[in-house]
Parts: sequence; structure tokens; C-alpha cells
Amino acid sequence: MKRYHLFILALCLASFGVGLFLYKALVMGFPLAPRAISDIWNIEARITFVARNAPVKVSLFIPRNTARFAIMNENFVSQGYGISTASKDGNRQAVWSIRRARGQQTLYYRAAVRRIDAEGPQVALTLPEGEKPRFEGAYLAAAESLIANIHAQSADVDTFVKELIKRLNSPQPDDNTALLLGEQAAVSKKVKIAVQILGHAGIPARAIQGVRLEWENREAPIIHWLQVYEEKQWRPYDPITGDSGVPADHFPWYRGAESLVRLEGGDKLQVTLSVNVQEEEAVRAAIETGRIKSPFLLEFSLFSLPIHTQGVYRILLLIPVGAFLLVILRNVIGIKTFGTFMPVLIALAFRETQLLWGIILFSLVVALGLSARLYLEHLKLLVVPRLASVLFVVVLIMAALSVLTHKLGLERGLSVALFPMVILTMTIERMSIVWEERGASEALQQGVGSLIVAALAHLIMTISYVEHLSFVFPELLLVLLAGTLLLGRYYGYRLVELRRFKALVKEEV
Amino acid sequence: MFRLARQLAGIGVLGLNHRNAEYTLWHNPRKLYPLVDDKLRTKELALRAGIAVPELYGVVEGEYQLRNLRDVLKRYSDFVIKPAYGSGGDGILVISGRLKDLYRKPDGLLIGQEELNHHVANIISGLYSLGGQPDKALIEYRVHIDPLFEAISYQGVPDIRVIIFLGVPVMSMVRLPTRTSGGRANLHQGALGAGIDLATGTTLTAVWRNDIVAEHPDTGSPVTGLRIPDWEDLLRLAANCYELTGLGYQGVDIVLDREKGPLILELNARPGLNIQIANRAGLFPRLNLVEQSHRNLHGVEERVAFARTHFGAHA
Repeated sequence: MKRYHLFILALCLASFGVGLFLYKALVMGFPLAPRAISDIWNIEARITFVARNAPVKVSLFIPRNTARFAIMNENFVSQGYGISTASKDGNRQAVWSIRRARGQQTLYYRAAVRRIDAEGPQVALTLPEGEKPRFEGAYLAAAESLIANIHAQSADVDTFVKELIKRLNSPQPDDNTALLLGEQAAVSKKVKIAVQILGHAGIPARAIQGVRLEWENREAPIIHWLQVYEEKQWRPYDPITGDSGVPADHFPWYRGAESLVRLEGGDKLQVTLSVNVQEEEAVRAAIETGRIKSPFLLEFSLFSLPIHTQGVYRILLLIPVGAFLLVILRNVIGIKTFGTFMPVLIALAFRETQLLWGIILFSLVVALGLSARLYLEHLKLLVVPRLASVLFVVVLIMAALSVLTHKLGLERGLSVALFPMVILTMTIERMSIVWEERGASEALQQGVGSLIVAALAHLIMTISYVEHLSFVFPELLLVLLAGTLLLGRYYGYRLVELRRFKALVKEEV
Repeated sequence: MFRLARQLAGIGVLGLNHRNAEYTLWHNPRKLYPLVDDKLRTKELALRAGIAVPELYGVVEGEYQLRNLRDVLKRYSDFVIKPAYGSGGDGILVISGRLKDLYRKPDGLLIGQEELNHHVANIISGLYSLGGQPDKALIEYRVHIDPLFEAISYQGVPDIRVIIFLGVPVMSMVRLPTRTSGGRANLHQGALGAGIDLATGTTLTAVWRNDIVAEHPDTGSPVTGLRIPDWEDLLRLAANCYELTGLGYQGVDIVLDREKGPLILELNARPGLNIQIANRAGLFPRLNLVEQSHRNLHGVEERVAFARTHFGAHA
């Protein structure tokens, strides 16, 4: 009876979980994979420089709405700077300014970009009055000769542009092209020259600087392409292959050949662009575009919470996954650990520290704490004051490690602060008792066991699919719960017991 | 690997998951645990039922009592201090004699009053208890080793573990302290375990650190074929503990004292599974047999007789 009860309960939980999951995935169209195509990206420009203790003015080109992309939620992060945005030659420009600044400065521009699936041609209403580019002397002759050559070999604007790009990218350029490009011209240079030559030939053209909207790139490179005004619309051309049109993930940041940022009153200017998909928005975008039919379930899902709280649940929902793994490792395999759920909490800390650093820092803190604990043993202290003293020592060790690794330039070391201190203290205490009562080998065995379980839990919990599924489909945790309940009635041997009782079999056979 | 598991299942070896799920969880109601987890309550219970236990000299429950500890102990030349909530033999301090103001441990080391007090304070603050809950320190009679075991124990006192299932003894072993176990009678600490033939009370082969041995590793004396005196009385004493606590599945630890005979040392609601290795037999078939027939057994006598006929080495 008791067994049927359990099976039925497990079956109900699992089928409810799977049912809801399938309904959400198949009928409502929630994205199954974390890399499901999203229409929203976060873009960020990070500007750092050293101010000279003088007035500072930083201007940055920022993207504008285009036919393909809409800019949402722009914000500028800067301490004490005045900020203004202005239009300039069809671009938008943000200008940060401050009367006096000194030392390292960091400014951010952040925005969300949404792709608009607008079909149809981009109609340019007015043609911007670009300054007509001028070639001089030998360059003028080379450009005119090149234009004449291309003109002879092309039929219209399109073929003209393609022929030009082909020549600019030729491995053995003719003398004219070589003169214009100089040696080892980068793509940006080629685009610039192409714009100038097209301008000289009376074909309006402009350079576009942009980034690729990738899943995640912390240092996205600037990419360049060409736009040519043709039949009342701007047509993009790839500056390498000469194909017209650009891939859908090319996001235009600004136009022109100027550099992205200009700085007055500072040195060591650095700009980093980064791009990442706004994942929680992947589901929202799916709703907005009508891919998720009934938003009823959504109203009562984790997506209705504020973004910050969602972030917390993103992690909390992983804990049951770790706990499930722990059940298997302890009850089916039989690995010994300190404290039941300690490894899961350590695994959570590993998320921030990264695995290798996590293991190093954890071992270091425990080893140092353990030596302090063994020393305290001589003083014959009462248990609670002693535990508290170990906690003091653990906190101080962590602070010292942070300072030390920071000085050494190992920024990862700072994350030691994320280890759960009380758990570490209890681990040290238990370990020292086991050490004294059962010997060093038993203590190390359990310590290493805990670390192995923590590392495994970390590896499982950081699989992006696991993270995505547990957050978007929390009902799947019911399936895990069913599994856990069933494991609660697992009678079989633990793997380590097979070794323990092996002597029994040998004698029998 | 699966073959090994099948072979073990074939001889009825009980695994930890199985023991927990089918026996301790099922037959040992949680509310009875305090009876055996608190050794003071076990002792009081046993005394009321007229079951022999080592005499209690005193209980230390608070640190304020430490000041008088020296005076309390003055009357005894040897004694044992143990945590009431201890497990696995942790935290037990044996004092076998005195030298002026110092106490002598069985290994010959001398400790002072301060060190002894610190140990007691550790016990009280819960260092050795399950979950670190506040504990009590029991001071009790030190068992004097029976001459039978003198040649096959190192420093400590061996104890006899009997598994009692629904009042019926199902398996038994004697645990002999060794040098590696530091005088403690715990198998995982390196004590020697010898299975006992339930029919006759004779020791079978012994296991030491997963190996089958026939002699004590420290003294070289044979450990097999030893006959434990008054075996039937001992089994009766153990079987009585079923009525005492109501626990369906328990391990009863008995020591043989030179003068006082068998004494109940402690009861265990989650007895270990190593006893199977010491007996080179699985528990599962025996437990099954008891489960089927225990309704027909009335009284301790019948239960002990049942065990002796069915669970002997040659049964």
C-alpha cells in the first residue's frame, strides 16, 4: 500500500510537471533552448580614460532607430558628468562633459536593441549633404583612372560598386588601387576609400560602423560596411565580398569614417563594446510578437516578477537540481560529505568564482582555517566561543586572500567573499573533529568527497540548458521531486557498499 | 558491478538504503529514539526493568559542576566518562587508575584535572552529540575485562553486539579493540570483529579492516572458537531490550564484566551493517524469517530458542 501510494504520488507529480512543460513548450511556444532566437539585445559601450585634472569632454556616436532596429531603454552611466545628445550629420552623438576630473574615469552607454521585422525598401527621404571628398595630385589621377576603368567594365551603379569592391580586395591590386589603399589596408580603410571614390564618381555612398548582435560578446569588434544610394534608397554592400545586403545580425552603430569616441582632456582612451542577448526578454519578445498565445500562465509565472527578483530565482531554482544530484551521489553512489547540503551551497559560490578558482580558494580557506582550529585546540576553549573564533579567523582569511589576490592582479580572488562563511566554519569544525576522532585520512576523504560533489553540482548547475529550463519551466522541478521521492525508497546497494561487502562474495564462491 | 550486486543480494546482504527504508524507518518509531540516543534514559529504563547496567557514579549537566568534579571523582580509582548523546564511541574517556593528582588512561598516559575538565566541558557543549545539541556527561563504572577476552583485546574492553529484530536475536558479533582502534571497540576505527554462532556462543572467523583473520593482530592469540560463557543468559538479556524500548530493530551492546557478568552498555537504533562481514552472512534472510514467524513466538524464552535453532552457524 505504502509503495503504491508513493508511486502514484510520484506519477502525479511527474505527469503534471511534464504535462505543463509540454503545454508551455508546444502550445504556448515558450522557447525550449536558451539560445532560442531573441529579438532583444543589450548593447553597451564602456569608455575608460585617465583625466588630466582639466575640463573633460567625451563625445560618443550612439545608434539611432533604423528601419531594421529600434533602440529602447537608453541610459548613460557617469558620475558627476553632464550629458547631452545631439544629431550630427545624420548620426546621434552623446557628449559627456565635466569641469574638472582627475584619475581613472569610466563612462557607460547602455541600451536595448529590438529587431523589427520590417520588410520593404529603406526609403531615404533626404540625401545628406556630404562634403564632396577630394583627391589631390597623384591620388586624383589614380582615382580618376580607376573610375574610368571601372566605368568601362560596369553597366550600372550596382555593378560599378561590385567591381570597385573586387578591385579593392584583389590580392594583386593594379597600380592605381595600390596607391590609393596604401600598404595592408584594413577593412575600415577600404570602406573609406570606396566611399571617396564613389563620391568622386558622383554616386552617394557612406561608411557604416556597427557590431554583430551575438549571443554574448564582452569585446565585440567594430565591423564596417558600405551603403550606396541607388534608386532612392540606401543599399548595403559587404566591403569584402561585394555582395549587396548585410546579414540580419549586423547592427549599425553610426555612419561615417570618424572614430567612435573623441576625448578632450584625458589620455589612455579605451572603448569596449559589448553585446548580449537579453534572455528573460526572449520570452517576453515571444509574447509581444504573438508567438505565445495566451499570456494567462505568464501573469502567474516568474516572468511577472521584477527583473532583479527574477535573477534571484534564476539561482534559487537551481538549488533543487543540485540537491537531486546530491541525493544520487550520497544514496546511490555513497560519497561521504560534510553536512548534507554544504556541497550545493559551495557549488553556488563556485558560480561566481569559477570552478578552478573556487576549488583553490575553498581548499585554501579550509586548510588555513583548519590549522587555526588545530591551534585553538591547545587552548582548551568551550565549543561556542571556539566556533566563533574560527568564524573570525575564516572572515579574516577571506579578507586577507581578497587583498592579496587583488594586489597580485588576480581579480578572481575577490570572489572568495561569496563563499558562505558560516558553512565554511562548520565544515572546518566538523573536519577537525573527524580528523581527531577518525584520523586524517577519513577527514581528507570526506573533504575531498564534499569538493567532488560540489564540483559536479557546479558543473550540472551551470549548463545553460539546465539554467534555462529550470527558470522558464519550473514545473520540471516536480519531475525531479518525483525522482527524489522514488529515490527515497531506493533499497539497492550503494556503490561503495559493493566494495565494502566484496569480501563476503569472495568467500562464498 | 551489477554481477557483484546480484551476488550480494543472492546471499542476502543488507545495504544501508535497505536497512533505513525497510527496517529502521519502519520498525523504529522516531519518538522512541530519545530512549536510546540518551544513554542516561536508557540506563534509568534498564534499572527500572531490572536489567543489569554499569553503575552510574554521576552526571555533569552544566559547567558549574566542573568545580566539584574533583571531589565527586575522589571516591573512585577508575571510571569512564562518556557523552549521553554520543555515537560511534566518540568522546569516551576511560580512566583506569590514578597517580597523585593525575588520572591514568588505559594506554598509560597521565592527564591532569584541567584536561579532564576540558573534556567534560566539550561533552556538555555538544561536541560529540548528534547535531551539536547540548549534552550531558555520564560518569560510570569502568567495566573490568573478563579473563576470557584478556588475550585478545588491546587496552579496551570488547563488547558483544546483538541485533534484535522484533525481540528475536538475529546476528551477533564481538568487537575486539586493537592498537589501531586506540582501544575502542568500533570496527571502522580498526577494531576486530568476530562473528558469533548464535546457537552456541562460539566465535567464528574474524574480520579486521575488510580482511578475514584468525588471530588478534596485536596479541597473536586465536580469536576463533572462543566460547562465551552463559550465552543463553546473554541472549535473554539482549532480547529483553525489545520490551524495554519498543524498538523493532536495534543493536544491543553488552560487555562482560569479571565480577558482575553481562551488562548492557548501550542500545543503538541504527546498528551498523559490518556485523554481516564479521559473520560472513547476510542479514536479510534472517530478518525475513523473523518477520514471518514472530507472531507465533511468545515470551523471551521462545524468541531466544527460535534464534538458537534457526540462526546457528550450522542451522
